[in-house]
This record gives sequence, structure tokens and C-alpha cells, in this order.
Amino acid sequence: MPSNSFDIKSYRGFQAITILCLIILYAPLIVVMIYSFNASKSITVWEGLSLRWYADVFTGPESGKFKLAAWNSFLIATIAATVATTIATLAATGMIRAGKFRLRNLSYGLISLPLMVPEIVTAVATLIFFNAIAFERGLMTILLAHIAFCIPFAYLPISARMQGIEDSYEQAALDLYATKRQAFTKILMPLMMPGIISGFLLAFIVSLDDFIITNFVKGAGVETLPTAIFGAVKQGIKPNIMAISTMLLGVSVVMVTISYFISKKDQKS
Amino acid sequence: MASGAASGGSANTDTYEEARSWLLLPAWVTLVALSLIPVLLMLVYSFLTKEFRGGVIWEFSLAAYDQFFFDRGLFGDDPATLEWTYITIFWRSIWQAGAATLLSLLIGFPTAYFIATRPETSRPIWVFLVTIPYWVNLLIRTVSMKFLLRDQGPLNDLLIGLGLIDSPLHMVNTNFAVQLGLFYSYLPFMVLPIYAAVERYNFALSEAAADLYASKWTTLRRVLLPSVKPGVIAGCILVFVPSLGAFLAPDLLGGAKNFMIGSLIEEQFKGNAGNWPFGAAASMILLTMVLIILMIFARQQARAEREV
Repeated sequence: MPSNSFDIKSYRGFQAITILCLIILYAPLIVVMIYSFNASKSITVWEGLSLRWYADVFTGPESGKFKLAAWNSFLIATIAATVATTIATLAATGMIRAGKFRLRNLSYGLISLPLMVPEIVTAVATLIFFNAIAFERGLMTILLAHIAFCIPFAYLPISARMQGIEDSYEQAALDLYATKRQAFTKILMPLMMPGIISGFLLAFIVSLDDFIITNFVKGAGVETLPTAIFGAVKQGIKPNIMAISTMLLGVSVVMVTISYFISKKDQKS
Repeated sequence: MASGAASGGSANTDTYEEARSWLLLPAWVTLVALSLIPVLLMLVYSFLTKEFRGGVIWEFSLAAYDQFFFDRGLFGDDPATLEWTYITIFWRSIWQAGAATLLSLLIGFPTAYFIATRPETSRPIWVFLVTIPYWVNLLIRTVSMKFLLRDQGPLNDLLIGLGLIDSPLHMVNTNFAVQLGLFYSYLPFMVLPIYAAVERYNFALSEAAADLYASKWTTLRRVLLPSVKPGVIAGCILVFVPSLGAFLAPDLLGGAKNFMIGSLIEEQFKGNAGNWPFGAAASMILLTMVLIILMIFARQQARAEREV
């Protein structure tokens, strides 16, 4: 990038700060990725490349615990993201394709509520709620809490997409004697797909990511990957944790990349 | 708050008007039951009597708020004086969140500006690069930061290897580590709104300033900054608010000396303190602070929109 000194847009040092910013963002992740391939049992000494800790994650003494936690995490993320995406798609249709109505602002406030309340407060409130109605804590309480806070994350890309779709397609279908239901399922839904997929992926990652709320509402002995990792890290950072982290990091990056390319391809067409 | 009306208007239609209630019902039910009612119940719990080892007794009590603000001595019968323990924790949280916000602004603003002045085709790649780490598990990012900053960690190894320092810098369990952790947690929230504001900025204004012999830095300060101020304020709020109630960064990078609100609340429910009404009261105070900040912000944004 040649910087022209007469260019009024460019400021000296801003490029360097941007590079520094990216280094700060990526250095910790890259370092952990590298050390997850370390043959040594110690986290400070480098003894050469090895897949030892990845094998340890799948077959080592703690593998049972981590496999169960991973299963719980992916099960909860899949169900929570599916339910939240469905709810968000219906809500977006009700907000954007169903005329003006009195409760519109209130509905919008309700949908964005989980984004405005600090996570730790949501965690406390949800725990208190389950306690007050004497709902036994376990996988189900984690799932319900995740569905709630995933809704706004699914809603944002879905509503953004819906606002970009003119209603002439649906009107054409209706003119050709399609029912409203057909216009919705055969015309609007397929056009909405990129938004729905992005919404699902965001909700999935947000659910997979959550530690604080899960930690509050989970039952004793029920673990998801983040709570299991947190418990293990309290005893010190071990190489197998770095291997798990690297794999989880890979899942997140792959999903965000998919979401990015879907939206990019969509913008082109 | 923007309700997101489309500019053309053709996307906002009434095609499914008669089904509206059914379309919105699942969202209403879920969020009222799992978001709104829990927060209201938390308010109720903050006025109840504590049960030892967690839970509450359904008896009205102001003990939680009293414990937060007043010190009545060991046996509770001394004249009430102001209790500083919890106010100090809140104050430290505000200070730490403020420092993290400033750090994010100092690095985030030039980054956002740099990205927004790239050719249009390469901007999405830069934005993507800055946002990827945000989607990596927050716990993993925080643990990675701790791993990097350790006394025998790679950063100290590098600095010693370069001959910049002789003995390892002690970084974990310091205020700085917490600020860095918070910065790392929420940086994209600073970059994205500033980026959006700079992208909309009309650079003809800067050219006009340059033609009138304003230096580049004067142009930045007096012309660009006022125009992108709403984006800067939005970025600061989006970093400050989650930092205020953060738990992982202070817990993993700060240690016991750098206790913040998040840890105080967590201890009431998961730790040894086991005082639910007090935890609910501390959460209410935090939520009130956040809502006041968001309200001031919403009002300012609305005013800024009217002025444009």
C-alpha cells in the first residue's frame, strides 16, 4: 500500500497502529495454537511437533469428561440456534411484513432486551427465575436460557435481509392466486435463506461461546465445553486444554468464514 | 433506538397483517418468560431475606441494599457509616472499564479510520480480519491472553530474547492485564461503529479544510472528529458497558486484588458468600447504571439525528 504524503486521507502512524491492532488480536491465539502441538508435558518448554495432546483429548484420562461436555455444547447450540432462528424469522416477518402496529417499538425493545442487559445480570436473573419456579437445574435450564439470548443475534441478520427484499415477488405470487402461506413458504423463505443461515450460525456460535450464563444455570455435574475448560484452567493451563481450545477456535473460524462468504456471494448476485 | 425502517418503504408491507400476532407470539412468550420476568424477579429477590447457603426467605428486607451502602459495625448496632468495600469495587470496575475503553479508542480509532480509507473492494476483508477473533470463544481468548502474558510466557521470552528486558515483566494479576483482557474482549465493538461513521464521512470537507491551510491534525480534530462523533460515542458505549460487568477477564487475568463487579456478583451465587439478595441488589445497581448510560446515549443519538 503506497502512502501518498499529499493524500489528505492518510495519517502517518495509522497503518502501523492497524498492524499492531491485528498483532494484539491474533498473537495470543496463534501462540496457543502453536503450543497445542508441543510434544512437551510442560507448557514453557518447546520439545518439537507432536499430536500427542490431541490424542490425549480423545483418549486420555480426561477424555470422557471432555467428550460429554462437547456433546452437551453442540447439542445445546444446535437446538438453541434452531429454535431461536425459527422464532426470530417469524418475529421479523411480523415486524417488517405485517404493517404498522402499536406494540412495534415495545416488541423491538423486547427482542433487543438480552443485548442491553449485561450478561452477568441475565445470568443472575435467569438463575433466580428457575429457582423461583422450582425448575430443577440441568441441561434443560441451559437450553432455555440459551434460546432466549440467541434470539436477538439470529434476529439482526434476518431482519436486515428481509428489509432488503422488495415485496413485489410476494405480490406477484399473490396476484397469481398463491395463498399467503404459499407466498411465505415458497417465495419469501427461499429469498430469506442467506439471512436465515447467517442468523443460525451467529446464534450457534454465541451459544457455543457462552460461559457466564451457562455457569449460573447449569445443574451440578452438568458441563458444557466452556464450563469444563474454565474448571480445568483454574488448576492451571495444561497442554490438552490448548488442544481443545485450538479445535474449538477452528470451529468458530470456519463458521464465521462460511457466514462471511454466504453474505458476500449474496451481495454480488 | 432505530427501529430499522427501510428507506424505500417497499420492504415494510402489511402482507401478513392478519397473522401478525401469531408471528410475534413465540418471541413475546420466550422473551417475556425468560428475559423480562427474570429481571423483575431479580428486583423482587433483592428485597428479600437471605437464606444461608443460597436461596431466599420470602420476607421483605432492605438488608441487601443496607449491606451495600452502610457499615453498622461487627454486631450491626453501631451508628451507620458509609460502607466503602462495595463502592470501591464498583468504582474500580468503572475505572477499569474506562481505561479499557480509552485503550480501545486509541487503537480502534486509527484502525477503523485506516480500514475505512482502503479501496472499497478490500474493506470487507479488513473488517473480517478485525471481527474474526471476536467470534472465537471469549474464555479461550482470555486464557490465551493469560498464557501469552505469564512470567515464563512467550511474550516475556521474546522481550528477554530481544534484550529489551533482563528479568520477566510481571503482567498477570495486574490492572494492566485486566484492561488488556477487556480491550481484547470488546475491541471490534469500538472499530465497527467508527468504521461505519468514517465510511459515510464526506472527505470533501477535509479537502476544504486543507485548502484553507488547516494542517492535517487540525483537520482531523476540528473537521473529521466532530462529524464522526456519534460513531465514536457508540463505540465507547459498546466497549464500556460489557466491560463494566465482565467476569472472565478480571477473574482470570486480575486475581483477587483486582476484584470487579462481575466477580462480586458471581461470588454471591457460585462462590462462598452465598447471599442471593445481596447478589440481586448488586446486579440491580449494575443494571441501573447500564440503563442510565444507554438512555443518555439514545437521547444523544436522537438529537444528533435531528441535527443532521
